[in-house]
Formats: sequence, C-alpha cells, structure tokens
Amino acid sequence: MIEFQLETASGVATYLQIVQQVHQALRLGLLEPGDQLPTAQQVVAKLAINPNTVLKAYRDLEREGLVRPRPGQGTFVIASLSHTDPATQARLLASMTTWLRSAHSAGLGPDDIEAIYRTAFRNHFAEGVA
Amino acid sequence: MTAALETSGLGKQYGQKWALHDCTLAIPEGKVVGLVGPNGAGKSTLLNLAVGLLAPTSGTIEVLGGRPSDGPSQLGGIGFVAQDTPTYEGMSVAKHLRMGAWLNPHWDSELAERRIKQLGLDPLQKAGALSGGQRAQLALVLALAKKPEILILDEPVASLDPLARREFLQTLMEVVAEHGVSVVLSSHLIADLERVCDYLVVLVASHVQLSGDVSALLVSHYHLSGPRRKRSTLPANQEVIEESHTDKQSVFMVRSDDPIIDPAWIVKPVTLDDLVLGYMRQAREAEPHGRPDLGVLR
Amino acid sequence: MIRFTSFQFRIQAAIAVGVLVLVAIVVAITGPHLIHLYDTTVANCKAKGDCSSAKAALSSSDSFLQTALGELLLVVPALIGLFWGAPLIAREFETGTFRLVWTQSVTRMRWLAVKLGIIGLTSMAVAGLASLMVSWWFSPIDKVNVSQFTSFDERGIVAIGYAAFALAFGVTAGLLIRRTLPAMFATLVAFVGARLAVTYWVRPHLMAPVKTAIPLHVIFGTSLEQNSATGLAFFEPVNIPNAWIYSNEVANNSGHAPSAKFLESACHSLLSAPSGGVQSNTPTPNPNSGFPECFARVAAKFHQVVIYQPASRYWAFQWYETAIFVGLAVILAGFCFWWVRRRLV
Repeated sequence: MIEFQLETASGVATYLQIVQQVHQALRLGLLEPGDQLPTAQQVVAKLAINPNTVLKAYRDLEREGLVRPRPGQGTFVIASLSHTDPATQARLLASMTTWLRSAHSAGLGPDDIEAIYRTAFRNHFAEGVA
Repeated sequence: MTAALETSGLGKQYGQKWALHDCTLAIPEGKVVGLVGPNGAGKSTLLNLAVGLLAPTSGTIEVLGGRPSDGPSQLGGIGFVAQDTPTYEGMSVAKHLRMGAWLNPHWDSELAERRIKQLGLDPLQKAGALSGGQRAQLALVLALAKKPEILILDEPVASLDPLARREFLQTLMEVVAEHGVSVVLSSHLIADLERVCDYLVVLVASHVQLSGDVSALLVSHYHLSGPRRKRSTLPANQEVIEESHTDKQSVFMVRSDDPIIDPAWIVKPVTLDDLVLGYMRQAREAEPHGRPDLGVLR
Repeated sequence: MIRFTSFQFRIQAAIAVGVLVLVAIVVAITGPHLIHLYDTTVANCKAKGDCSSAKAALSSSDSFLQTALGELLLVVPALIGLFWGAPLIAREFETGTFRLVWTQSVTRMRWLAVKLGIIGLTSMAVAGLASLMVSWWFSPIDKVNVSQFTSFDERGIVAIGYAAFALAFGVTAGLLIRRTLPAMFATLVAFVGARLAVTYWVRPHLMAPVKTAIPLHVIFGTSLEQNSATGLAFFEPVNIPNAWIYSNEVANNSGHAPSAKFLESACHSLLSAPSGGVQSNTPTPNPNSGFPECFARVAAKFHQVVIYQPASRYWAFQWYETAIFVGLAVILAGFCFWWVRRRLV
C-alpha cells in the first residue's frame, strides 16, 4: 500500500498532488493493476486533510480510467501507465512535427488539423488494431 | 439539502457592545467549515449561540434544522468542544466516558473505549492530570461517541503544541471520513484550516466578511500585478479586496465571477492564506479604531 | 442524570452520613444517662419536695454537649447552604464545565431538576434526622426547662425548612454570582439575615397571641423591686408552663401599673424595715416583714396581665415557620429554573 506525502508550500492543490503521486507510483511500478489504494480514512488519519480532497483525487483517477471503486471494499488500480522509452518517444515526436509542418504549409488551420487527428484516432482505436 | 447551520441577522449584544452583529450564514451539510478571525471577532460567540449556551439578542439561528438546546434530541445531534476543553478535573478519563453514557442516549461506548485505547490514554488517570493535547483528545472523544450529526469545535487546538495539534486534526479527519459528520472548526491558525476545510467563514469585528465553499472562493479570486494604476480604473465586475502600490507597480487582490482577460496583468491564483488575510485587512481598514490581532502560523 | 448526580455528590453525601453517624453515637451513648437522671431525680421530686434543685441539676448537666448539640442544628442548615448549595452551579461556571455538561443530551432544566431534587431531598433528610436525634437527646432536659419555645429553632422540624432555604439560596447565589466564594459569603449573610428576620419580626406575628388577666398570687418570685429604670415596681412571675411569654405586667382594670407613690404608701412598712429597699419573697414570707399587707393592698386593685402563646400552639408554629422557609426555597428554586432556561448569559 502506498503512502501519500503532502508538500504544503509547493503551490499545487492537495488533490492534484495525490493524483500525481498515484501516476508516479504507476510509472515506477509501485502500483500495479489489482492493488488497492489507501482508503480516504487511512489517508486523512495520516495527513490530516479533508477526506473530500482524497475522494476528489480518486474520482479524477477514475475518470482517467486508472482506478475503479469497488463498493464496500475500496478503490483498486485497473490500468497501468505504460512506459515508452525516450528514444521511441523522440522518434514519434519528430514524425508528428514533420506531419504538422506539411499540414500547416498545405493551408490547414489548428481546427482542421485537430479534426483530421480525431478522425484518425477514432478510426484506429475503434478497429481495435493493436 | 438541509443546512447544517443557518443564521439570519444573528446578533448578540452585551451592554453597548455587539459581540456578533447581523450575521447571516447558510452552511451546507457534510462540510468541514473553518471559522477564522482574530481574537474578539465573535467566533466563540457564534459557536456558543449554535449550541444554545447563549441566547441571541437579535436574529435567528438554526442548527440541523432546529433551535439550539431545544430538547434532548437537538442536544444529542451536536457534539461540542469548548475553548480550553473544560473537563472535570477530579474525574478520571473512564468516569468521563461513564458520564457520556449516562447523559447521552445514543452513546457508543465501544467507539469511545476504542478511541481512548488508540490514543493511549490511561482510563484511570484524572482529567486534571492530562496534558492539554490529551484533554483535547478526550473532549473530542466525548463529543464523537454521542454520534452527533455535527461537531462544533471552538479553537480546540489553539493552546496545543504542533504535534498535539496534528494528532487532533488527524483524529478529526478520520472521524469525518468514517462517519461523514459536518464540522465547524474555529481557529485563528490559518494553516490548520487550509488542510482540512472545504468551507470558509471569515469573521472580523463581529461581522461576517466572507463565507463560501473554499474551491469556489479560490476560483473567483485573483492576484493581479502590473504597472501602477488606480483602483477606480478596474472594471466594475472586479471587486477590489486588497491593493498595494509602489511608484511603478500595483498589486491587487480582486474578486470576480468572470475570468481576467486584460493582458496588462500578471494573473496568479490566490491561496487560502492570502484570501483570509486580505479580507481581514479590508475589515480592519473599515474599522476606525482597534487593531484586531492576526495570527498566521506556518 | 440521576446516576451522574449521585456520583458527583458521593463525597458530600458520605460526609453527611459520617456526621450523622457520629451524632447518633454521641446521642446514643449520652442520652440514656439523662433519661435515667430524670427518672431518678425529677420524676419523683414532688414527693421529696426538692424539685427546683433537681430540675436545676438536670438542666445544667452535660452543658458542653447541650451547647454542641444545640448549635449543631443552627449550623447544619448553614453548612448545607454554603457547601452544597453555593458551589452547585458556581463551580460549573468557574471551571467552565458548564460548557461540557450542558451540551450533553440533557437539557439544563432536567439537569437542575435532578440536582435540586436529589440534593434538596438529602439536605432536608439530613436536617430532619439531626433534629430528630437532638430533640430526643434533649427531651428530659426540655421537660424541666421553662419553655420549649426558647429552644424553638433547635428542635422539631424547622431545621428542615432552614436547610431547604439555605440550599436554594446558595444555588441561586451561585447561579447569579458565578463564583463559589462570593456565593458562599452571600449565602451566609442571607441565611443569617433571614433567620434573624423571621425569628424577631415574623414568628411573633404568625398567630395572634392570647391575652389573659389573672389574679395575683403569692408564689416564688412575687416581689417588690427597686430598679433603676422604673424605680419601685411590683413583680409577679408567670406561671403558665411552656408558654411563649410576650409580656407580663401587673396592671389595674384600666391597664395602668401601680405607681411608685401607690407602692410607697401601700408597702411603706416593708420599705421602712431595717433591711430596707428591695424585698423578694418566698411563698411563706416572714410575717413580720410587712410583705403580706403590701401584697394584699396591691392584689386588691391590680391583677396580672399576660400576653402569650400557649404551649398547645408550639407545633403550629413549627409547621408555619417550616412552611415559610420551604416556601421561600420553592420560590428561589423556581427562579433558578426560569433563569437557567431563558436567560443564562
């Protein structure tokens, strides 16, 4: 079970810090699908913060598709944040930048580009191609 | 949703002086409410009115939909911890719990004993021999074990050392998480309120200066800094709370329902700390005499 | 609330029980000896013809205990008011515990009702038992004392009323003053003041006294006296047993006392006798002293006028006075309820 830390002087809202720490734990492999997040009660007993803050963070994580609450049992991790290696990330970033440049010089504005992207995104993931 | 605490034009007068004046609040259920203000602002007066230890001079107050101290069920719905957490010095911890059982029909003695054990309090020790932090914890257990719907705490951590303060708030938040009680917590220590409150009431010089949901308040207040300009040059929908000027620069804290789009400004969000201090200063400026003492502790 | 009150009151109750037990022991040990003394000396004193000295001996025996036990009944109600009444609410204010106990699930009215009920009943019971024991102990002595009215406030049931009043006043003082010591002081002053006021200004007027005219008789103490205030005066002692005498005068039909001139002429042979001056006489006066003639002349024109309360009214007075103090206690208690419920701070 992970433990959250609170940095009061960081200027970042408490609930966001919790979300970020869950993301980090997922990336580092400290949390894996099936693991239970600490209950709101456990978190506030340690940190003395408002339980709604914790619940808000967990709701955000649920919306991101990373966790799901099981009534009466707690909140559980259901997905992992994949880690792509930096080289692959750089390569994909470069090819996307090239494509954007050619779309822009073809006369497409930001909204047109976004429309094309969303169409491609929908087509690709709807087909279920890996 | 019924209001946990609702007041309308509430006032309390002692002789010529109004300890609390024209106070109108509507605090929803299920919130942890921070009641903040300098000493003598009227916080204790408001809370004592809420539990029926004081009677209003004017206006009305309703807690959980009923008049304070109207009857045993009204009294049973409110758990109160007074300032300086009074206890019967000669009575042991265990006897205080027995008192709770005798005087409260919904007393949960299993919960009370479990908490006392968790806190490491010796049941046979007399309350007069406990430290300030332990007494505060005992008072909190007494308030909790009667299973109230709302907890009203009058500066419960003011005279506690930082560790005791933290432990008290940990216990309190654990209870809120477990039982969903509403909490009204008064303090002049803004830092503690920041951690735990999601609803804020600022009381200065016997008047309510500000009240509302913390997230709503933080979203509607802004820090603006930019080239020097007069307050009157700001648009009408931006209410100035605080201002300060150097010869070249002006800094404002404003309240606005609309986003700030003037590119001349550097816009920063406010912290709860800034918010409370800003309203306190505003109130002090409006008050021609008397300096309320402010407390900011980190 | 009843159990909580009993718990909080346990030490005071224990002290009261301890004191009562102590008094009971003292009374049980020393009482029978007084009864025995009475039975052997006074009961048949007429046969022996020596009543006055037997009575005097009885009424002066155990004088320390007489003082102690008599004072006990004066002091017990005051102590109840000071130590049970004044701190009741004042202590809660002083320590701030009213903020704890009045926010439990018990209304202030019920809190006060149970406290006043339990402590009030206990106070009255303590005072009643103490009075019972002391009255029993004193009964042989009271039989030989001149009037039971002289020890009125140390016997019977009045102590119950005094205790109720002292308690109620103490609680009220504590409620209004909110500090224990000043409340105790106020209670003491008020209690003493009330007792004095009732004893001297109220009790004599509770019932209209009886006025009676009795012919003069020569009895022990009948005398011609010279005193600095009125000069010559004729004195006839009262012979109404156990009554409360308001006044006793020798007067004629129009209500005047014998003048000095009349006495000088009626009793001049007495006054010019060798011993001269004041004469007080035994039932069988010296026939040569001139007293019988003096007496005959006075008795022809004057009689004894006594204003008094008869002994039969003793218990009526006890009930009236108890009722007055209990009534005051009830009024004070009612005030406390009103104040606590509506005003408070």
